[in-house]
Order: sequence, then structure tokens, then C-alpha cells
Amino acid sequence: MINQQSPFIQKPQSVSVIMFMVLGALLPAIIVNVYYYGIGVLLNIILASITALFAEFLILKMRKIDIKSSLGDGSALVAAWLLAVSVPSISPWWIIFIGTLFTIVVAKHFYGGLGSNLFNPAMIGYAVLLISFPSVMTKWPASIDISMQQSLDLFFSGTTLAIDSISSATPLDYIKTELFQGSTISEIKNNASISTALAGIHYVAIAYFFGGLFLFFKKIITWHLPITFLVSIIAIASLFNIIDPQQFSTPIFHLINGGTILCAFFIITDPVSGPTTPRGKIVFAFLAALIILLIRNFGGYPEGIAFAVIFLNICVPLIDKLTQPKVFGHD
Amino acid sequence: MKIIDKIFKFSGGIRAETYKDISTKNPIKSLLIPKKLILPLRQHVGKISRLKIKVGDRVLKGQLIAEADGNVSAAVHAPTSGLITSMEKELIPHPSGLPDFCLTLVPDGKDIWMDRKVIDYKKIGFNETIKKLRNSGIVGLGGAAFPSHLKLTSYQKNQVHTLIINAAECEPYITCDDMLMRERGLDLIKGILLVQELLGAKKSIIGIEDNKPEAIKVLRGLVIDSNIQIKVVPTIYPSGDAKRLIYLINGIQIPKDKRSSEFGIQMFNVATLVSIHRYINFGEPSISRIVTITGNVHKPQNYDVLFGTPLEYLIKDTGGQIVNNDTYIMGGPMMGFKLPSKKVPVTKAMNCVISAEPEMLAEKKEVLPCIRCARCADACPVMLQPQELYWFAKSKQLESAEEYKLFDCIECGCCSYVCPSNIPLVQFYRYAKSEIIENVRNSEEANIARERNEFRINRLEREKQERAERNAQRRAQNTPEEKSKLIDEKRKEISDALNRISNTKEKI
Amino acid sequence: MITSILIVLFLALLIGAILGFSSIKFKVDGDPIIEKIDSILPQTQCGQCGYPGCKPYATAIASGDADINQCPPGGDDGVRKLAEFMGVEYKPLNEDHGIPKPKSIALIDEDTCIGCTLCIQACPVDAILGAAKQMHTIIEKECTGCELCLPPCPVDCIEMIPIQESTENWKWKYPVHQLKEVSQRVRH
Repeated sequence: MINQQSPFIQKPQSVSVIMFMVLGALLPAIIVNVYYYGIGVLLNIILASITALFAEFLILKMRKIDIKSSLGDGSALVAAWLLAVSVPSISPWWIIFIGTLFTIVVAKHFYGGLGSNLFNPAMIGYAVLLISFPSVMTKWPASIDISMQQSLDLFFSGTTLAIDSISSATPLDYIKTELFQGSTISEIKNNASISTALAGIHYVAIAYFFGGLFLFFKKIITWHLPITFLVSIIAIASLFNIIDPQQFSTPIFHLINGGTILCAFFIITDPVSGPTTPRGKIVFAFLAALIILLIRNFGGYPEGIAFAVIFLNICVPLIDKLTQPKVFGHD
Repeated sequence: MKIIDKIFKFSGGIRAETYKDISTKNPIKSLLIPKKLILPLRQHVGKISRLKIKVGDRVLKGQLIAEADGNVSAAVHAPTSGLITSMEKELIPHPSGLPDFCLTLVPDGKDIWMDRKVIDYKKIGFNETIKKLRNSGIVGLGGAAFPSHLKLTSYQKNQVHTLIINAAECEPYITCDDMLMRERGLDLIKGILLVQELLGAKKSIIGIEDNKPEAIKVLRGLVIDSNIQIKVVPTIYPSGDAKRLIYLINGIQIPKDKRSSEFGIQMFNVATLVSIHRYINFGEPSISRIVTITGNVHKPQNYDVLFGTPLEYLIKDTGGQIVNNDTYIMGGPMMGFKLPSKKVPVTKAMNCVISAEPEMLAEKKEVLPCIRCARCADACPVMLQPQELYWFAKSKQLESAEEYKLFDCIECGCCSYVCPSNIPLVQFYRYAKSEIIENVRNSEEANIARERNEFRINRLEREKQERAERNAQRRAQNTPEEKSKLIDEKRKEISDALNRISNTKEKI
Repeated sequence: MITSILIVLFLALLIGAILGFSSIKFKVDGDPIIEKIDSILPQTQCGQCGYPGCKPYATAIASGDADINQCPPGGDDGVRKLAEFMGVEYKPLNEDHGIPKPKSIALIDEDTCIGCTLCIQACPVDAILGAAKQMHTIIEKECTGCELCLPPCPVDCIEMIPIQESTENWKWKYPVHQLKEVSQRVRH
């Protein structure tokens, strides 16, 4: 029993309510994803949830922490779902399994559990998978006509041989390889092979946006991070695009592709690994946008969200310290 | 219309359920004099009062029984006529639950007033008025219990230009000020005009929350012929905190280490102003106040209570608790504390007693780790970073906590209220503040001990040296030449003496 | 080759001159480390550490003759502060030098005191007032609770009274909340 002291009334919003609202906000995008690309993403989510809960259960038992409240707070599920929507939906089952294990056990609990993880757990899992299994992680669904049977086959087959007609690189990846080979943006755009994949991605991005708006109106997240991030992406990408439209893609392209909207509303808003001061959040979001665009345009990897976020997580204590707000009455 | 429209808004604060209508259904009630009154000698901030009477004395209503001792202190008066039967340590309303010195007064039922003298403050002058107020027993009745005469002292007389009246009463459940304004509004206006004159202020502004429409209506009618202004502020807790209210009314942010009088503003609670008016214009010292009894009781309402009335007497009149848990909270639900028992007396700081509702005492949900969501930082009315202070207080890094302005915290409880992990944040800050204050005191004592120790060592050294010198001198005197010199001197003295004797013998 | 030797030689002389000059110009009197350690110690001057006072103990720590865990009045907190300052590992208090006791103040029983001044000579902070054949009394504010006055008293009239908690010195305690052990929830 806590030493009963004031305040004796409490606002009824707990950690689990927040976490489950985040899960709810992901649902629209998941449904759109299933509609266009088959049930692959659902299978990933189911396996990720089971793995996450089971892994957390074992670790909590080992650490002798009360299971009911800690497991029920939903934070493991959020990390698992975020990872599940980040990996390709046609990846085999062991990709998401290894990724979730790494996310929950290493990125979350090895660092101290809920509230103590230094890095964004989902991003650590994604980065580990990307570096360890680059070929599998870069095979994204190419057609929008994947049947249920095909999805199940791909999931359980355990092999990395995805059929060529189904898989392809993401648009970002494709553009990067083509740019390395010397084509220009307009030439790439005229090439039809990525246009089919592009169609579904638009709607997924819009669905993420609506999910993010839901979180914003329910006051789960504040405006600082998503708005600054999106504005910075548009501004910096426009800058690059104006300098050389043939080498650098348009801002709209950057917004729609590669999970930018997901990042804006769900990934950089992770409270534990992110900054806590309002000005710190603006700085964080701006730097994230800058680094992501730098990696996308000049770096070796096609997608820079995971690395940008992990790098900025290290800088968060410094950002917090330098952006402390002015206290009432002091200058 | 005297209502000011421009409102500044402080960042943070919370909107909670106010639970005010529970206790405003009935007018203020006065009860019969109880069988005994327990008067603590320390009901105020500052030094304990000094006794002026002894056990066994008969006292009259309003008689001074303990006077203010020193600068920061207040007096205690007999709330009714009767016999002082004892002076010992009894349970008082204090969060520690420890007892303190109290006088017990057994009323004789006759309720005879002492000779009440109206104070003609214009005639006796400002300084004399302050001296009289010092022994009026009036302290801040909003809960702070700071001696009011100190807020009026003469050096501030020329500097204060605005008097702000704190009618906000922002904490949920408390309605004593609301009812006071509704029923005794005229007394309040007279008190405002009196204090405005004493302070030499040019204007007065009443700051009141918008959840008190009846009181606003009453006051609006009463201020028509005067230059008192009313400013209605939105109902956000803690708008009644002194510095927050000043910001709401005129946008000036006063930091922790400065007083509002340095900015030309002085603030008083409505009940304090009524007390000052009753004392100066009627000669009645501070012997009673209005207390709200609310929450888990059958008939919650406000009472006009004599100080020293045992709380259980009031609880009995409300019909007792609905759900029996024998727990009472003094103050509001955000900043109050649990009383050690219901036998404690009503004191000057007791503005409200909440009989604890079962939800307030329900075993709190699990305390989860902090997820750094910063909702507490958004809610803090002082714009602090409670989550940083929490991390520092928890790990006992007290210097860092002080650097992050721990002492600016007003312990309002907004951060704990919004925390999704149910962390008892305010408890950590109170602990950290106490520790820092104690550490400062310990290090001061240690410095004094070190100085005394060094002085002692030096003193012993000095004594040793002096002794050594004396020994050296004596040894120097013991060399053969010195010895013979001494012997010669002594011989000379002896022979001189013998000569004198023989001379006198001859004379005879 | 010659030029490089000359350059290095010149640099060595220059830097040596700067160092020598600084060591004379900026010389610090006394040993600041001892003062810093002394400011961490609680100044009880009780001698439980084995040294006659806090300054000698600080000197011993600075020179490495004494360990940091010999001061019971400083408690666990004091050892941690010393460990942090000296940059060494924390170790628990050495029980041979005594155990931490709650802060107490000495009290002389006036009926029994014979006015021998032995306790006055023993007190390290001169907190006892009195003279030969006159009543002795402890100055409450100055007493550090070191207990050095107890052994010399021939009639054993001094006792240590722990400081009571009152409304004047009460303070808020560290918040405690219970972590439910998993084993407690097992029901048979």
C-alpha cells in the first residue's frame, strides 16, 4: 500500500489505455494493407503478438515482476505490431519471429524494461533484420493480387525464394538502384514495373495518416513531433528536388513511400526513447527528417528511418538537457 | 460594468470534477457550543505563541490567552468564556500525526464577551494599528495560516498599488469561501475597502472562478458604488494559487524567490479580509471560521465553527459517514492530508474536511515505471519538468533536482493527477525537499562543530606553549649564576630585615 | 636531423619553463584534498575511526593510510560520498569501528555531578559548560553526540538521549510502494 498522500483523486487514463489506443490507430492501415497485398501482414502481426507476449511473460517471470499489470499494459504488443507492419508482408515466418524476439528481449528488457529502453525497440528489431537478412527484407509485394493461398505459402515456407512475379523492391529501393546505374528520375518513372506496387502504397499511407489524426485528437500524442517531421520532410525534399529534379525525388514521393507517415505518427512519437520537452521534440523531428532524407538520397540503404531514429535516440539526453523550458517567473 | 475581460492563461493546470454542489445546498450553519475546546498553540506559520494565562484561569470570550512571540507569530484567543483546565500535548491536525501543545478550555455556557473595542485606525495611526493586528490572531484563512499583519507592515504601505482578493477557491470539494461570499458579501466589501486603505493601494480586484455564479451575482451588486473590480477566471486547478492568480489577472509572472509585494501587489483570502474587518470595526478577534464538511457524509454542508471544536462534533451533526472508513482528509483532495483521527480540533488552517470516499482510499492501482510521456510536464502550472525531478528524487541526486528548480514546485498535485503510471510524484518532491533542507542544516551544524573543534585544538596548543614558556623561564632562572644571584638577593633581603629588626629593637 | 633535435629540445625547455613557472606562481597552500574530504565527514569528532578527530582521519584517507569505511556517524551515505570523491569502490561500513546510531545528545544528571571537569577536558567541541566544583551542563545546540564525555566521568552521570521526532523537526519520508512478489500470488 502506498503511503496514502495527496492527491486523492486521479484522472482515469492508464498506460494500457494509451497503448491500446495506439494499436487501434494502426488498424485502418492494416486493413488497407490486407485489402491490397493479402493477409501476409495479418499473419506477421499474429505471430509477432504471440511471440512478444510469450517472450515478455518469460522475462517478467525471471525478473519476478507482477505479471498481470506489466503484461497487460500493452507496450510489448505495440512494439511487436510496429515491427510487424515494417517488415515485408511476404516475408517468411522466422523473420518476424527473430525480429520480435530481438525487440522484446534485447531492445526492451535488456535495457531495463518498460520506461528504461534507450532505443526504440521496433526500430532496433528492424535494423537487426535489415542488416542480417538484406535480401529477404528488400523483397516487397509487387502485385496487388496476392491470393490467400499464396500468402500462407510464403509465410510458412520458410524459404527465402519469393516468386519473382510477386516480389520486387520497394519503390525507394528500385529508384536507388536505378540511380546508381545512371538513370534519371523521369526515365525511372516511365518504367512501368513499379507502378502497380505504387497504387496500394498510396492508400496505406493515407490510412496511417488517419490513424495518426485519431491519436492526435485523443490527445495521445502532441502536435510537435508529427507536424514538424512532415513539414521538414516536405521542405528538405523540395530543396533537394529543386536543386536537381533528375537525381532527387519529389516531396510527395518521399511522403508516400517508405513508411514516412508511419514514422511521423507512430515511430518517432514513442515516449520512452524520445525527447520530453516541446522544443526538444521539434529539434528531434527536424533532425530525423534531415537524416532520413540524407540516407535516402546519399546513403547506402534505401530506407533511412530505422537508422535515423536509432541515431537520434542516442542524442535524446543531450537534446533534453539543452531544450529545458523556462520555469514560471524565471528568465 | 466592472468585470474585466482580458484574461491571461497560465500553461498547465487540470480540469477536474469539482464536486462543489454537494455542500452548497444548505446555508452556513452554526452549532451550539461544544463541551470542550482544544486550542493548539501553534495554528500558524512561525513561532509558537507565548502563554498569557495559566491553567485554572477563567477567561472571557475573545480574551487573549497566548500572544505572538517574535516577528513571525500570531496570537490565540478564547473562542468562548470558560475555564482553562489543562495545557498538554494533544493530537493536532498535522500530516505527521504527532501531538503538540494545546490548551483545553471548558466552556461555562454563558458565552460572555470581553470588552470589545472598536479600533479607530485613522486616529491611532498605521503603526499602532499593525501592533493591534499582531495580537488579533488573524492569519491567512485560505489554508496557509501566515500572520496577516506581516502582509500589511508599514514599509510596504507606500509600495503596494493593487490589492487582489483571492476568491478563486480552486480545489474540488471546498466551498467555504463561496458560501461566505454569498451570505456575508457586505462584510467582505467592507474588509476590502479597509485593507485597501491600510495598504495605500489604488485599486482592488476580486479574482473569482466562473463556477460560482451566485457569488458573482452577489458581489456584482455590492461593488456598484465602489471602484472594486471583479475578474472572472476559468475554472482550472490551481488558479487559486497566489502567483498563478496574479498571472491570470494581470499577466505578471512572479518567481519563487520574490514576493508579490515587490511588484506592488498584495493578495488576501476573502475570509481573512472579513476577519480583519470584524476586528478593526467591531473589536472581535479571530475566534471562528467557516469549515466545509463534505464527501462521504449524510448531510454535507458548511459550518460556522469556533476554533478548538473537536471535529467529531461536526461529523456527528452531518449524520456521520455513509461508508464507514474512519478516514478524514483536511484540505482539498489535491493538496490535503489524512487526519490522524476525528478527535482533532478545528484550527485556523482547516478550511475543509473531506470524509474520504471509498474511491479515494481504494488500494491504488499498480505503480508502473515512468514511460516519459511528459503529461506531467504539460500539466505543471509552474512549467517545471516533473519527470526529470522524479528521476532525480528517486535516485537521490538531490543537487541535480535543485538545479532543475525543485523548490519552485508548489506541490499542487497536477502531475500526480495526470500520470498514467500512477506514480506518486508529489511524495517524491516532498521527500527531496525535506532531505535537501535537512542536509543544509546538517552541514551548517557540522561547520560550527568543525570551528569549535579547531578553536579547541588551537586553545590547547596555546596553553601548551604558554606552559612551555613558563617552564623555560623557570629553568633559565635555575642556572648556577641565577641561583647565586637569587641566593644573594635573598640574603640581602634577610639581612635587611634583620637590620630593620635590630633598629627597631634599639629604638625601643 | 639537427634541426629536428633542436626543435624538440627547444620545445622541451619551453614547456618545462612554463610548468616550473606555474608550479611556483599558482602554488596552492595546504592540501585541498584534505579539506574536501573533511567537508564530507560529519564533524562528530568522536574518534571511532581510530583517529583523534575528523581532520586527522581526512589526512589519513588522503595519504592512503586509512580506508573510507571507518566512520559510523557518517553512515552509508558518507561512505558513498567518500567513494565517489576518491574514485574508489564503495564498500560497506567496517563494523570494527562501530555501528551507526540515531543522533543523540548527552545529558548530565545534575544531582549526581561532582564538578570534576574531566568531561569538559574530554569534549572535542567545548560543548560542556562548567568549572571546578561548579555544576556542569551540556550546551544542547553544540553537542555532536560523540560520546567522548561518557568514559571520563567518575560518577557515570552522563547519558545519551536520542533526538525525538516532533512537529518542529518532522520531515516527509521516502515514498514506498510495494512490489508484488510473484510468489505471493500463488494460491493452493
